Amino acid sequence: MTRTGLVVANLFRRRTRTILTLLSVIMAFLLFGLLQSINSIFSAGEDFVGATRLVTQARVSFTQPLPLSMLPKLEAIPGVARVAYSQWFGGVWQDHTPVFAFAVDPLRQRDVYPEFTMPAAQWQAFAATRTGMIAGRALADKYGWKIGQKVPLASNIYPQKNGSKAWVFDLVGIYDGTTEDTRKQAISAYINHDYFDEANAFGKGRVNFFILRLADASRAAAIARTIDAMFENSPDETKTQTEKQFNLSFVKQIGDIGLIVRWILFAVFFTLLLVVGNTMAQSVRERIPELAVLKTLGFSDGAVLGFVLAEALTLCLCGGLIGLALATFAGAAVERGSGGQFALRPDLAVWLLGLAAILLMSLAVGLLPALRARRLKIVDALAGR
Amino acid sequence: MSEPMVAVRSITKVYERGAQKIEVLHGLTLEIPKGDFVALMGPSGSGKTTLLNLIGGLDQPTSGEIRVGGSRIDQLSRGQLARWRAHNVGFVFQFYNLMPVLSAQANVELPLLLTKLSATQRRRNAAVALQVVGLADRAHHKPRELSGGQEQRVAIARALVSDPQLLVCDEPTGDLDRQTADEILGLLQVLNAEHGKTIVIVTHDPKAAGFARRTLHLEKGRLLEQAA
Repeated sequence: MTRTGLVVANLFRRRTRTILTLLSVIMAFLLFGLLQSINSIFSAGEDFVGATRLVTQARVSFTQPLPLSMLPKLEAIPGVARVAYSQWFGGVWQDHTPVFAFAVDPLRQRDVYPEFTMPAAQWQAFAATRTGMIAGRALADKYGWKIGQKVPLASNIYPQKNGSKAWVFDLVGIYDGTTEDTRKQAISAYINHDYFDEANAFGKGRVNFFILRLADASRAAAIARTIDAMFENSPDETKTQTEKQFNLSFVKQIGDIGLIVRWILFAVFFTLLLVVGNTMAQSVRERIPELAVLKTLGFSDGAVLGFVLAEALTLCLCGGLIGLALATFAGAAVERGSGGQFALRPDLAVWLLGLAAILLMSLAVGLLPALRARRLKIVDALAGR
Repeated sequence: MSEPMVAVRSITKVYERGAQKIEVLHGLTLEIPKGDFVALMGPSGSGKTTLLNLIGGLDQPTSGEIRVGGSRIDQLSRGQLARWRAHNVGFVFQFYNLMPVLSAQANVELPLLLTKLSATQRRRNAAVALQVVGLADRAHHKPRELSGGQEQRVAIARALVSDPQLLVCDEPTGDLDRQTADEILGLLQVLNAEHGKTIVIVTHDPKAAGFARRTLHLEKGRLLEQAA
C-alpha cells in the first residue's frame, strides 16, 4: 500500500465513470495533437533549407496573373536551372466534378518536375499537339481515360473566344510518379499553354505562377530575395516562396487556419473542463466522510489536498499522454497517406505544449475540489454536516 | 502518582450555527488514568461525542485545557494536531469508516503511510494487527466482502497498527448485533488488559458500558456528579 496506490484506487472507485472521462480526455488530446500540428505547419516561418524549387506568384495573390514576359528575366538569374509556368484552368469533368487542370509549357514542365515521368514519345506528342492534354495515372485510372481519347472539360473560369466554356482536349499522355509518394500526387491534368493562351477569351501572355528549378539549393533564399527585389515597385510585384509554402498558401485561402484551430481547441477544452471538473467534484463530494477519516488518521490538510490534485493529474496525464501518442500515430498515417505533403505528426513543441495543457487542466479541474477537501472539518464531515 | 493519560480541565465547547451559539460542554473537568477503560454514557445531545472528539484531538475546545499523554493538545494548530493524532491516538467509529476501495490489509496500512517504515515493514505490521483482531485470513478482502463485525475488527486493527496508547471509540458496537457487539467489546477488553491500551468509548448501551472498568455519565454538557 502506497500513496500512489491510494490515488489510483480512488480514481477507479467508479470504473465506468472514470473510463468514460478518460476517453473524453484522450479524444480531446488526440484532437489537440493533430490540430496543433496543423497550426504549427501553417504558422511556421519560411524555411528555404533544402528547397530545390521556388514558386513566384503575384505579391497580392496567385489569382492575379503575371506577364509571361518575366520568363527570360527569371531564367537569367544565376542559380536558376530551368523555369516552368502554369495557369490555373479550373477544369470540370462531366457533372460538376472538379479536375486540377493547368495550362503549361510541356517541355518546361517535364524539365522542372523530373519526379513525374512519361515516355519521351508522349512528351513529344504533348508538345506537338495544340489541343493535347496529359493526365496523372491516378486521375486517368479514376475516370477510365485512355490515351487517344477526347476529353471534354469545362472551365469554370475561362470561356473560349466563341463564348463557350466547353473545351475538348486530346489525351496524348499519362504521366506517373517515380516513387510511392509522387504516384499519389499524380492527380492533375495539364494542357498546352500555347493553345489555351490563343483560344481563351480573356487576356493573353499571362500565367498564375512560375516554377523555378534551382541549380543550387543552398542559394534558394538569396534567389527568392533577388526575384522579389527585381520586380519591386513594378506593376507586377512578386512573392517568391518555397514550393511547400506555396502549397500551404492554397489551403490558407479557406481563412485564418490558426484562428479556426484555436476556436476548435477552445470549444474542445472548455467542454472537457466541464466533463472532468464535474467528475472530480462528484468524486470528492461522494467521499467526504472518507476524506475526513484520512484527516482523522493524521493526514494533514495539505496531504488531503495533494491526494485530490494527484487524482486529477493522474486522470489528465493518462488521457493526455494516450491522446498525444494516438495523435502521433494518426499524424504519421496522414503524412504517409498524403505522400508527405501534410506532416501532421506532433513534433516536440506540440508535445511540450500538450504537457503544459495537461498540467493546467489538472489544476483547473482539481483545484476547487481539492480546496474543498482541504478545508473540510473532521467533526462536521463525519457527522454528515 | 503517575500523570493521567487524559486530563481535561474546565473545558467549554460552543458551536456556532449561523447566528446561534450552542454551548455543548460547560466547564467540564475529567481525568482518565493510563490503562483505564472508560465508557461515556448519556442521552443524545449530552455532549459525549463532543468530549470524545476533543480528547481525540479531532476538535478544539472553546476554552479550557486538555492534556493527553502529557501533551497539551488544545493549543496545537491543525497541522500539529494531525501529526499528534497520527502517533498518539487510534479511532474506532460506529460505521467502521473503512476505505471501500482498499483491502483490509491496505486499510490497516493507511496510518503507517505517515511513518518512515518501509513498505515491507508496513505490510508486516498491518499483518500483525490483523492477527491480533483475528482477521489474518481476511487480509485481502475488500470491506464489502466482510461482515459488520469483521469490518469493525479491521477498523480496530487500523486504530492499533501505529501502536497508540489511547483508543477512542464512538459507539463501536452501535451497528452490530448483540453477539458480535460482545465479541468486539471483548476484544477491546483484551487490548486494555493485555496490551495496556487506555480506551474511551461512547455508548448508549448499558451492556456495552458493562465491559468498561468504569462508566461516566454526561448530561447537558456536564459530568453527572458535576451536574449536581
